[in-house]
Amino acid sequence: MHDHTTSTTDDDHVYLSLAEATPGPEGEGRWAYGTGFADPLLGVDTALPAGTDGADLAAYCQMLGDDALVLSQRLIEWCTRAPELEEEVALANLGLDLLGQARLLLTRAGQADGSGRTEDDLAYWREDHEFRNVRMVEAPNGDFAYSIARLLLFATARGALYEALAGHPDPVLAAVAARGVKELAYHREYATAWTLRLGDGTPYSAERMRAGLDAVWPLLEELFTAHPVELRVGVDPATLREPVLASLGAVLAEAGLTVPEVPPLATVLGRAGRDGVHTEALGPLLAELQVLARAHPGATW
Amino acid sequence: MVTAEVAEAIPAQTPEDRFEAVVAAEQRIEPRDWMPDAYRATLIRQIAQHAHSEIIGMQPEGNWLTRAPSLRRKAILLAKAQDEAGHGLYLYAAAETLGVDRAELTEKLISGRQKYSSIFNYPTLTFADVGVIGWLVDGAAICNQVPLCRCSYGPYARAMVRICKEESFHQRQGYELLMTLMRGTEAQRRMVQDAVDRWWWPSLMMFGPSDADSPNSARSMAWRIKRHSNDELRRRFVDMTVPQAEHLGVTLPDPELRWNEERGGWDFGEPDWSELNRVIRGQGPCNAQRIDRRRAAHEDGAWVREAAVAYAAKRAAEQSHTEEENGK
Amino acid sequence: MTEPHTGSAQTGSAHSGSKAGWPLYEVFVRPRRGLNHVHVGSLHAADDRMALLAARDLYTRRNEGVSLWVVRSDAITASTPDERDPFFEPSGDKVYRHPTFYDIPEDVPHI
Repeated sequence: MHDHTTSTTDDDHVYLSLAEATPGPEGEGRWAYGTGFADPLLGVDTALPAGTDGADLAAYCQMLGDDALVLSQRLIEWCTRAPELEEEVALANLGLDLLGQARLLLTRAGQADGSGRTEDDLAYWREDHEFRNVRMVEAPNGDFAYSIARLLLFATARGALYEALAGHPDPVLAAVAARGVKELAYHREYATAWTLRLGDGTPYSAERMRAGLDAVWPLLEELFTAHPVELRVGVDPATLREPVLASLGAVLAEAGLTVPEVPPLATVLGRAGRDGVHTEALGPLLAELQVLARAHPGATW
Repeated sequence: MVTAEVAEAIPAQTPEDRFEAVVAAEQRIEPRDWMPDAYRATLIRQIAQHAHSEIIGMQPEGNWLTRAPSLRRKAILLAKAQDEAGHGLYLYAAAETLGVDRAELTEKLISGRQKYSSIFNYPTLTFADVGVIGWLVDGAAICNQVPLCRCSYGPYARAMVRICKEESFHQRQGYELLMTLMRGTEAQRRMVQDAVDRWWWPSLMMFGPSDADSPNSARSMAWRIKRHSNDELRRRFVDMTVPQAEHLGVTLPDPELRWNEERGGWDFGEPDWSELNRVIRGQGPCNAQRIDRRRAAHEDGAWVREAAVAYAAKRAAEQSHTEEENGK
Repeated sequence: MTEPHTGSAQTGSAHSGSKAGWPLYEVFVRPRRGLNHVHVGSLHAADDRMALLAARDLYTRRNEGVSLWVVRSDAITASTPDERDPFFEPSGDKVYRHPTFYDIPEDVPHI
């Protein structure tokens, strides 16, 4: 039986226990960020597999890493602006998943090209035209319906890509993809559920959802358009078109929505995000993301 | 689903007696127990303010989310903001067990009828502020909150256990960030000292007015909602923090700070209560901006929340229709 | 606020789907295999699916559980305080049902 008259002693005990951390998945470590969880690269050999073109693999990891980084930055912009508190938690989760993927992929890019550049070197010290993300992820958030529409399209396509990449010869990329499959499945579930609620909710929400889909749909084609690097070291994204469109069509049909009939966004002299040719939205996004790091060259944070 | 709450047998006749006996025996009052009106009202106000503070508290740090200077710091800060949303939700849930609705509490927050911790009405001007908020503001919050883990009201106490665990890591990440900056460039060290200078006194004011000016404290202590006086907690915080500041290599901006051998603790100066009172009255640097942001999120999200309700109603109607058909 | 409460066990109040707000759900987590689901708190959601996803994000974001239940708070029927005595007294003499009947030394962890 505890003696509750000595309350100060009790509380001191709690303060002490707060300062202790025991290892293991059930231990105190799980209360910290990013610890107590399985490292997706645990036991994964980071040496380049024989016959891999390091420059190509680096470029490919940058493409996928930049997609994840830029979309996570957009999701982060929702923080303190979500339509309900439960959605704050959910949107932050999606952002954290994508940020985690970006860090692993950019780190891999710096290993693969032999430059030894870190995730931060690549995230903070490249210029806009060196970013290789698709233009869909850099578009401003718009309203909740637009953000959900973008998330639905991106998560469906990226989930399908990661499934194919889980068998990639590069063990690091394969490990990132294997974990990403699970994360993207959740993102898709979240976006699907909201597409149904908005599409089949009130007349106003249905109108917003239609407008959101119409606005983002022109950016979808770029996710199925292969860059030569993708053809050499990755998965040909054209192979994803049919299954992804079928999956999206099914969701939209259930939501009482129709697949937008809008032409894809044109490229610039045949070049788009994967070539470093972006929309005007990327510059301000990167300016904000990079401003503090660039104000203190060489500083450690 | 059927549930029943088991209370230990306490020989007491009237509800008042039973309440007093449960509290005196250091057991927990649970939602469906009889409780004095004033006890319920005090808890609702306190838990709601606490929940509001968590939600508004996302904003000052959220200010740096998009500009965090490394991806690791960005991930940590996002996880922390997410925790704060989670803490707000645990606390609103605890408040709802007392018979209020979260929507009512949100209305009271955005109409300015309920307060939140005034500390969040100060601006975050550099990234070092993120570290100092973790170290000092979360540190002060922990001092306030650890005793609440033994609060007489069960749902509040249980929410606090979980929150305290997470807060302790918030504090550690803040301190770790500051240690990194203090080992960094001259500009980074200056940034830390400047942030400490701006946040030290507001952190001390988080413990509330001195005991002499805290009229409701005695009753809250009798009800085991509060365990220690404001001044006691403030002293405890200063005693814990001074050695940490020394280890960090920063100066706490209080010329009266000195070791009291007799008491075995640190003596410190008096905060500028007139400034805090102005912030409490709504004249703080960020009062309007914080509430505006929360109101905008709530109002801009109304159509989304309504859509979800309409969708759920349609599905429920379909289901009952199907059941009817099957019933025939 | 002090009328007799006849609603759910946890909320102590009957309302759950107020105005345009989302109804309240209670969340139960199985911390690990071999243990019961335990009530951990509540949240608001428009439908069951949303409640389950939100519960995953909110109550298990640090790997706290292997299984989740969510149930509308208004679907829970609870004994009222007034019913407590007759409802529980029959077991009052079966002290061996209670863990405190078994004297375990203080230094045995996690019991």
